[in-house]
Amino acid sequence: MSKLLDINDLHVIYKTDEDNIYALNGISLSLEEGETLGLVGETGAGKTTIALSILRLLPEKTGFVTKGEIFFSGMDLTKVTDADMRAMRGNDMSMIFSDPMSALNPIHSVGDQIKEVLVLHNPNLKNEEIDKKVDEMMEMVGIPSERKTDYPHQFSGGMKQRIVIAIALACRPRLLLADEPTTALDVTIQAQVLKTINDLKEKINTAMLLITHDLGVVAQVCNSVAVIYAGEIIESGTVRDIFDNEERHPYTNGLFGSIPDLVNKSPRLTPIEGLMPDPAKLPPGCAFEERCPRRMEICAAQKPDAIGYGSGSHFIKCHLFSVSKARDRDMEVLSSR
Amino acid sequence: MNGARVSVVTAPKIKVKKKSQSRVIWTRFKRNKLVLLGMMVSILMLTAVLGADLYLNYETKALDQNIRNRFQPPSSEHWFGTDQYGRDEFARVIYGGRISMFVGIATVIVSLSMGSIIGSLAAYYGGRVDNILMRVMDVFLAIPSTLLAIALISALGSSLFNLILSMGISQIPRMSRIVRSSIMSIKEMEFIEACRACGTSDARIICRHILPNAMGPILVQVTQTVARSVITIASLSFIGLGISEPTPEWGSMLSEAKNQMRYYPHLAMFPGIAIVLSVMSLTLMGDGLRDAMDPRLRN
Repeated sequence: MSKLLDINDLHVIYKTDEDNIYALNGISLSLEEGETLGLVGETGAGKTTIALSILRLLPEKTGFVTKGEIFFSGMDLTKVTDADMRAMRGNDMSMIFSDPMSALNPIHSVGDQIKEVLVLHNPNLKNEEIDKKVDEMMEMVGIPSERKTDYPHQFSGGMKQRIVIAIALACRPRLLLADEPTTALDVTIQAQVLKTINDLKEKINTAMLLITHDLGVVAQVCNSVAVIYAGEIIESGTVRDIFDNEERHPYTNGLFGSIPDLVNKSPRLTPIEGLMPDPAKLPPGCAFEERCPRRMEICAAQKPDAIGYGSGSHFIKCHLFSVSKARDRDMEVLSSR
Repeated sequence: MNGARVSVVTAPKIKVKKKSQSRVIWTRFKRNKLVLLGMMVSILMLTAVLGADLYLNYETKALDQNIRNRFQPPSSEHWFGTDQYGRDEFARVIYGGRISMFVGIATVIVSLSMGSIIGSLAAYYGGRVDNILMRVMDVFLAIPSTLLAIALISALGSSLFNLILSMGISQIPRMSRIVRSSIMSIKEMEFIEACRACGTSDARIICRHILPNAMGPILVQVTQTVARSVITIASLSFIGLGISEPTPEWGSMLSEAKNQMRYYPHLAMFPGIAIVLSVMSLTLMGDGLRDAMDPRLRN
């Protein structure tokens, strides 16, 4: 299968008056047609920054890509002209925002807002055809098309998010960036909306980058997972690699320790102590060193590299595994003697 | 994951009778009686003024002097009486309204077009563009607008065109500030970012998404500007800088009438009432329009 999206060693900084904030520090990830990748991490880890750099919507004058490439079906998005980029947004790639309450323009009817993307990217289509497509999209997300003349405030949160999904998928994009699409919704609606996204995604064969901090959502929807911490991917692999494996990055273990478990009875959850390092002053070694329960001497001094672990798709960025790997190798050498 | 089933929630078919947008605005506009009164007075005055040629003769009634008939009290023949040259006061008030309304609307067109261009550029692009444009506006704003208009008229000469131009220019700073501040708050909203993510161009975002959202405060400002220019033109004419005799104008009529105030108060009263009525009805209407057009205030 061909790679739809391929990000290579991406560095993004935010320049503010006081400091340079290192938001992304060498992100590499790739996504195949139709695949779903879950980006997991805590607030401020850089998940949304990845999505914004793909769309090239980093805040002007503050957000800059300093290094790296983003290939979208062979095109380097960091070098495309503004006009080409604009033609691609909404058509080839689109985004679902986390808060449906503010992602819709309050003064246009929802039908008009779905229509707008279609008109923008299909200037040759006749009005009736576009209207038909609008109706089709609304029915697809489960809202009667009679309601297309209604305004956003007349819909509930979950319905608004469906409209946002309809807008995002109206032009049948090849890549969908879903930035915490269910965070602003309550749990019952979350499940419905996720299902809508997932079913439609499979119907029109869209690849999806799902940004979330909910590991349960990842397990339900995604094919593969990347765990991001302080602007770096510290662990990546298929859902199976990460969910079924006991050997994980200590941070990933911490994330799993923070979700309630229905099987094992424990009186309390075990949160990860401490806070993420200040992205303006990143430590020279591993960014997680300060909070890591299994830290070693080498961690403070040297950045770990990504090490393949177990099956070919699982990568972990931690000295623990390079050390244990070295030990395994030594043991092998010893036993072979 | 079972992605085979596609229609997740089957939408129940409901037949709902839809009201058109303008109808909804009208229903809500009607609800506020004071606003309705304002609109009725405005429309009445506008039709009376626009259709004046149908029932009045400008030359004979408003311009021709008839000294024998001077200082007549209101009667069935001369509804508002006659002035010191025997001209029909009613005709002069009506034709004076023509000038006031024309100048008011033209001023708004000048100041709104310039002000919204300057304001939206400043707000949307920010940074240096914003700084340069708004500092220039600040300089203009430091000069009282009537004074600025007087200065411009005395520099350009007193004509109707110069009058409109100078009053328009003196209103640009206010207008651009209003436009800028409302755009600033709207452009940070997420739906604007969502538009960008859909590939919408800058010009389209400004015209279709930002400006209509900023319409409320701008509309109020527009009606207030019309009202304010009616006052400004009257005061300029009152001190002799606006429209000059013999063209009828409310301000210059007041100025003439002030000498006879003691004996013939009706000469000052009618143009005065005309000014008050037009300014008040416009202000009321603006308020009501803002409330009626905002879909967020709908219930």
